[in-house]
Formats: sequence, C-alpha cells, structure tokens
Amino acid sequence: MSTTSETQPRITSVAEVKAALGDRLVDSFHKDDLWLRVRTDAWKSSMRTLRDTLGFHYFCFLSAIDWMPSPYGRGEDDPTEPPPERDTTIRQGYAGGATRMQVFARVTNPVTHVSVIIKADVPDDSLAIESIHDVYAGANWHERETHEMFGIGFDGHPDLRNMYLPMDFEGFPLRKDFPLLARMVKPWPGIVDVEPLPGGDGDEGGDE
Amino acid sequence: MSLTDRVLGDRQRLAYIASQAADARLNVELETEGMTLNIGPQHPATHGTLRIIARLDGEQVVWAEPSCGYMHRGYEKLAEVRTYPQVTSLVNRIDWLGSFANEVPFILAAEKLMEVEAPPRAQHIRTILFELSRIANVSLFLGDLGVQMGAITPVFFAFRDREYVLNLIEGATGGRFHPNFDRIGGLKDDLPKGWIAETKAVMKKLRNFCDQIEDLLFGNEIFQSRTRGIGVIPRDIALQYGLSGANLRASGVDWDLRRDHPLPMAWNKADWKVWTHPDGDSFARCWVRLQETRESTRIVDQLLDTIPSGPIMAKVPKIIKVPEGEAWVSTENPLGEMGYYVVSRGELGPFRVKIRSASFNNISVAPWALRGVYVPDIITILASLYFILGDIDR
Repeated sequence: MSTTSETQPRITSVAEVKAALGDRLVDSFHKDDLWLRVRTDAWKSSMRTLRDTLGFHYFCFLSAIDWMPSPYGRGEDDPTEPPPERDTTIRQGYAGGATRMQVFARVTNPVTHVSVIIKADVPDDSLAIESIHDVYAGANWHERETHEMFGIGFDGHPDLRNMYLPMDFEGFPLRKDFPLLARMVKPWPGIVDVEPLPGGDGDEGGDE
Repeated sequence: MSLTDRVLGDRQRLAYIASQAADARLNVELETEGMTLNIGPQHPATHGTLRIIARLDGEQVVWAEPSCGYMHRGYEKLAEVRTYPQVTSLVNRIDWLGSFANEVPFILAAEKLMEVEAPPRAQHIRTILFELSRIANVSLFLGDLGVQMGAITPVFFAFRDREYVLNLIEGATGGRFHPNFDRIGGLKDDLPKGWIAETKAVMKKLRNFCDQIEDLLFGNEIFQSRTRGIGVIPRDIALQYGLSGANLRASGVDWDLRRDHPLPMAWNKADWKVWTHPDGDSFARCWVRLQETRESTRIVDQLLDTIPSGPIMAKVPKIIKVPEGEAWVSTENPLGEMGYYVVSRGELGPFRVKIRSASFNNISVAPWALRGVYVPDIITILASLYFILGDIDR
C-alpha cells in the first residue's frame, strides 16, 4: 500500500482543470498532487476561474519561493575563512519557471476534496503580481506575510503593512540572500564540537 | 446559485446583516466620535501575546484587527539551515499544546519524498499519540472557554484531566510538551509496558470530563446566551478565509482531512464520526470541539485494541538525504489543517519549508467576524475561534 497509489484517485479532473484554464496555463505537473503554472498576467483571472468554474472555494495558503540557492549554504561556514564557491544557478521546481521568485497557492474543492497547487512567476524587474484578496478574502494576510518576507508587491492589495517585523526593518528575511545572522556570528558546532565537553580530556575536574 | 444565497439559519442571517450594517455605518458616519480600544498584548483572553485594536462606536465594534508578531520565531528560515531530523524539534513548538501533531505532517512529507513508509505498528502508534495530543489540546480549550465568560470551575477540571493525558504522552515519549518522538520511517521507541491499560483508564476519565463540561457549560443559560448567534461565520466566508478544523465544520462543511485525505496513518482502522454543526456561531464551534474530543477518545480506545505487531522503524539510512522534489502533506490537527510544503534539492536539509498553520487562517477571519459585535463578545468569538499564538506567528 503505497502513499502515491492511494492518493492518486483524488485528482480526477486534471483534464477539466487544464481545459478551464486554457492558454493561461503555461505548464503543469501531476504526481500525487497537481501543480499548475499560469502566466503572471493571468494569475488573478486563473484563481477566479478555479473558484467560480471549478469550485475550488477553500483557500489553503499563499506564499512564495526564492529559487536562488543561498550564497551562505546551510550556514555552516567558518567565519574566519573566505566563503567557499557555491553553485547559485537558479533551478525551479515542479511545473518549471523562468524567474527567481515564484508565488504559489493551494486551493481545494470542499465537495470533491480535489486540491491544486498553482504557481506563477514573479517578474525579476518589477517583483509584483496581482493581489487575489478579492477572489479569496483569506489571501489578504498571506499576501502581507509574503510581501514582508520576500519583498514581493501585490498590486491592488489594500494594506501591505508588516505583520511580524517592525515597519522600518530592512531586508526580506526569507529571501535566500538574507543571511541568518545567528549562524554568521558563531561557527555552527553541528559538525565538530568546538567547545570541550565537561568531564572530557581537557577538564581538570577531579574524578574522585 | 452563488454560495451567498445558500440557505442560512435565521440567526445567521440576522448577524450577517448586523455586521454589514456596521460596515455601512462606518462609511456614512465617518465623523462620529469613535474610540479606539486596545486589547492586549497581555490579556488573559488572548492565550498569549496577541494585541487587538478595535475601533468602537458606543459598545459596538466598527473595525477590529488583531496585531500579530509578538511570537514570531521564523521557523521557515530556521528550517532551511537544519537537517530533516532536526526540523521536528522546531515544529514541535508551533502549536505547543498539541506538539506531537505538528511533527507528523512534516515527517510524512519527508517520507513522501523519500518514498518510504512507516511500518503498520508505527503508523498505529503515531495515530494514537496524534489523537492524544488532540485530547490534551482541546480539553484545555474546553476548560478555558468557561474562564472567558466568568465560569472559573471548568478550567480546574480541564487542567486536572489534561494532566493524565500529558502523563501518558510523557510515559510513551519522554516529553510532556515537546515529545520530538516522530522519526522519518517510524518512531523513536516502542510503547512502554502497561501503557495500553493505563491509556484505556484515562480515556474513560476523559469521557467523564467531556460529560462534566457539557453539564457545566453547554447547558448553562449564561453560556448559551453569550455564544448562540454570536460571531456567525457563514459557510462561504469560512471557506474563502481558509478556516479549517472545527471552525469549518461548525459552519456546516463536512470535511475532515483524517477521513477525506488518505494518509499512511491508522484513522481508517477505527470507526468514528465527523461532527458538523449548521449554525456557524460561537456555540457551534465549541460544541463541535466537545464532540471531537469524545470521538478522539473513541478512536484511541479502538486503536489500542488493534495495534499490529512488528517493527516500529522502516529501513532508512543513518544520514538522511531526501531526493529532489516537492511535497505537500497536511493533517487534521487539533486547531485545524496543518500542512508543510517541503521543497527538497536532494540535500541534508530542506530547501524551503512553507508552514501552513491553522491558527493563521483561523484568526485572519477575525476582522470580518468582529465587525458589528459588542465589546464583551470579542472575547467569546476569539475564544471560540481557538488559536494558539505560536501557531499564528510560527
């Protein structure tokens, strides 16, 4: 009994979804979930089609991905050494892509329980996409969060205030080129313990 | 037929109209002498540090918004520099009242990418512990509910009986609040000796607790008048704000991920029922949670009888590298749909983890739900929406 075979029949309407989106659909990928990528300028109208034509009324989440690998790796560099060379080629995930940033959302049909993950490229120069808060009211907060964490603008959003950080915070924490400072100031002891263990060889404490 | 035209109960319709009337008044009477009321960040009714800013017109709320961020710990960023097994100790702390339930969807997402599956015994024990954390979580909600309305007694029952459940979780996992017990491919340990009999006894106590709460609170006239018809969230609003769990089922949507989204877990091996309520008000949300706690004790009871024998760990390498891909797994957590979108690049740690927590969506409906209500009802509505601060901010 594998997970994949059990969840496979959930997506029964792939062709239907594709037909409804028409030429707005750029690419799709179907495994145990259905990934769709739509044109940037058709982001909002695709969401509207999904909701009104295909009955995806339940809004699960909206977020973004920064596909550029982090120049800091996994934060395990020695700060006293020059940073090693890293591969920073941008490679998008399922359903492809052409830009560094992508927004993605997941919506569900509450009757048939079919869900889709829908992605769209965010142009590198403008870093903005249409807001879908008037299609799915719940997207309001998710777009605020995404704006705060990735610096992606949402055209037509009523109020892109920060949710978590102070308004004068500089930088966008979830971008890959935003360093995780806690890992920068002190070498990560995960690989080699740099501090002597109490009771170890370096410890003068008595065994009495 | 649009969803708004769907038949709503009279009470629902009236409250719906009232909130729209408040909205209209905001537009007309912009020059009214309003008052801005700040609730929190430290307030007993906010279960932590949530600040609510409400603009009032007399006793009525014209506009209200929760202000989050006092508990933001940046788990999505932290997960990017951790290995897969390390992430569970982070996500444990998202919804701290039902910690084990936070680990499961992440582990399942990693297993999905690795195409391994936990052996049946591990799946079974996972499900039992998952339901135990639901009981521990929701029983505290049921007790705390009274406190918001001035009833002090139920919370003592809740703390007493939750203690039994926490003892069980501690007995099996070693951690009362943060078990960190789930592993990719199975579980850390098997159940200790005598645990099953003890659990059965505790489940009986918890059913008594539910009866007690029902007698003390749900039949109480004050409780009913404070919750019935208050904070009505119609079905279409609940869906488009992404409400999940009991909040969604209390608005009449018959949808439970445990039943409707098959996962390698053992829920389908027990006979249980998904409870819904047509009203969508505060009372409905509390009532659905009460029934779910009862149902959870029944699930645990049945699963305890049918634990299969066998190993508790599948064969997984010591150093876990997850193949390239993307996976989404969500489960029906005590607070609602909790899911992880894991992007892997074939490394030791995830490339990106999007944590979809239930409370974030559940509380995002608050500005809508609080419009037009009276000040004391802010507390009951927020209490009945049931959020954990760590689950909003992550």
